[in-house]
Amino acid sequence: MNRRIDITLTVNGERVSRSVDTRLHLIDFLRTELGLTGAHTACEHGVCGACTVRLDGDPVRGCLVMAASLDGSVVETIEGLSDSGEIRDLQEAFVARNAAQCGYCTPGMLVTAADILTQAPNASREEIREHISGNYCRCTGYQAIVDAVEDVLKSRRKSEAA
Amino acid sequence: MKWPAMGYARVESLDELWQVLDAAGPEAQILAGGQSLLATLSFRLSEPSGLIDITRIAALRGVSVAGATLRIGSLTRHAELGRDPLVAAHAPILAEAAPLIAHPAIRNRGTIGGSLALADPAAELPACVVALDATIVVASRGGERRVPAADFFQGLFTTDLQPGEIITAVEVPVATPASRQTIVEVTRRSGDYAMAGLAAVLAMRADGTVDAARLVFFGVGSGAEIATGASAALIGAPLTRATIAAAQGALADDLDPPGDLHGGPELKRHLARVITARALDTFLASAEQAA
Ligand SMILES: Cc1cc2nc3c(=O)[nH]c(=O)nc-3n(C[C@H](O)[C@H](O)[C@H](O)COP(=O)(O)OP(=O)(O)OC[C@H]3O[C@@H](n4cnc5c(N)ncnc54)[C@H](O)[C@@H]3O)c2cc1C
Ligand code: FES
Ligand code: FES
Repeated sequence: MNRRIDITLTVNGERVSRSVDTRLHLIDFLRTELGLTGAHTACEHGVCGACTVRLDGDPVRGCLVMAASLDGSVVETIEGLSDSGEIRDLQEAFVARNAAQCGYCTPGMLVTAADILTQAPNASREEIREHISGNYCRCTGYQAIVDAVEDVLKSRRKSEAA
Repeated sequence: MKWPAMGYARVESLDELWQVLDAAGPEAQILAGGQSLLATLSFRLSEPSGLIDITRIAALRGVSVAGATLRIGSLTRHAELGRDPLVAAHAPILAEAAPLIAHPAIRNRGTIGGSLALADPAAELPACVVALDATIVVASRGGERRVPAADFFQGLFTTDLQPGEIITAVEVPVATPASRQTIVEVTRRSGDYAMAGLAAVLAMRADGTVDAARLVFFGVGSGAEIATGASAALIGAPLTRATIAAAQGALADDLDPPGDLHGGPELKRHLARVITARALDTFLASAEQAA
């Protein structure tokens, strides 16, 4: 079996081809091969959520995905979500509510929160907490993050009704 | 820690899998969702010579019903289990279990086959399939065999899987109008493995009489543990507060929980009694629940 694998995938809308070492996970691939440093790693064993990115439309733990397995995949990172404007309101609410302090958890938190906006537009505070339970934040105490997500859910519901 | 040096191969069919497995030798491992395997590589708890990625094998996907059997492909992800209408209709306990497993991002990758093959003693799905009296479908180059779930699990992280075999599907007898199914667990934090959990599957007549009961605990022993005494205490009489208390009492002989990082055996015994009442209370007639 090979220890280097050729992959072609789409990252933030652009096709990229690389030959990758099997020891590389998705986040190391993004950071070292593509220079996309938005997604972070901390625990590197699936516990903290700092590495959350979108893979084929769904949020995943980037540290628990082999780069070698990505041939044909579609990856979206916080850079892509920022550029597309998809979560502009969410990012503004994070600023307004002071939901980022050191910011280490923030990219993963935003990718997870974006999932709530599409999957559970009527989520309660309790459900927001449940959904972000796999994303650790060592600074904010979560209250401000839940506030920010709740604000965006409300304002999106309002603009939908209008 | 970074992962060890290892090989990787992605196979597209079962035929290709058998070929690659033969060539790779015994030190290679199957990679499904990777949500347990890749995490253990970070700890260097295992150092496989290579990983064989089965996630593109179409034959391992999909949920279907044929006659009285619900067939769940081994690559079915926890998130899919939680939203599949056939699962919700025919094996509701599996739909109820899915959101208890880890967190959304992990449920988007982790598979039922991986969870059953791993046999973590505190995992939800092994207990559910034992409670459902499901059948694990196992295949190798030599063909297929079917193993009752209760025989498949053989203790701590140990199953009946032989070298060269994989799980292809799980077959579950579909729920009937008499079926009552629920799963209850206690965790310190949402998404954690259970400190104690119970998968309960009963057959109840309209008058409340219990014809069959399978109470299967997890997180309180070396794997999915059938509480035979507590289950028997429920059978043959209408379900009442009194029969639930009898089942709770029988747990003293059924369970012999080891202590773990959550606490000692007495804590586990206490939690087992508490979740037994929580689970069975949901099946009581609403009049008795209010009482
Ligand atoms: C932070 C965190 C929290 C978690 N919490 C929970 C929890 O609360 N409850 C819970 O149940 N799980 C939990 N998990 C584990 C998760 O459910 C995994 O998805 C699951 O245990 C393994 O499934 P997988 O598809 O990811 O398998 P993999 O990690 O790919 O494989 C696991 C093992 O099974 C083998 N294998 C995989 N598929 C097959 C197959 N079809 N046939 C034969 N062998 C196979 C592999 O070779 C490997 O040995 C957690 C994981 C993390 C990272
Ligand atoms: S770095 Fe991936 S979950 Fe912590
Ligand atoms: S803002 Fe510092 S970890 Fe969340």
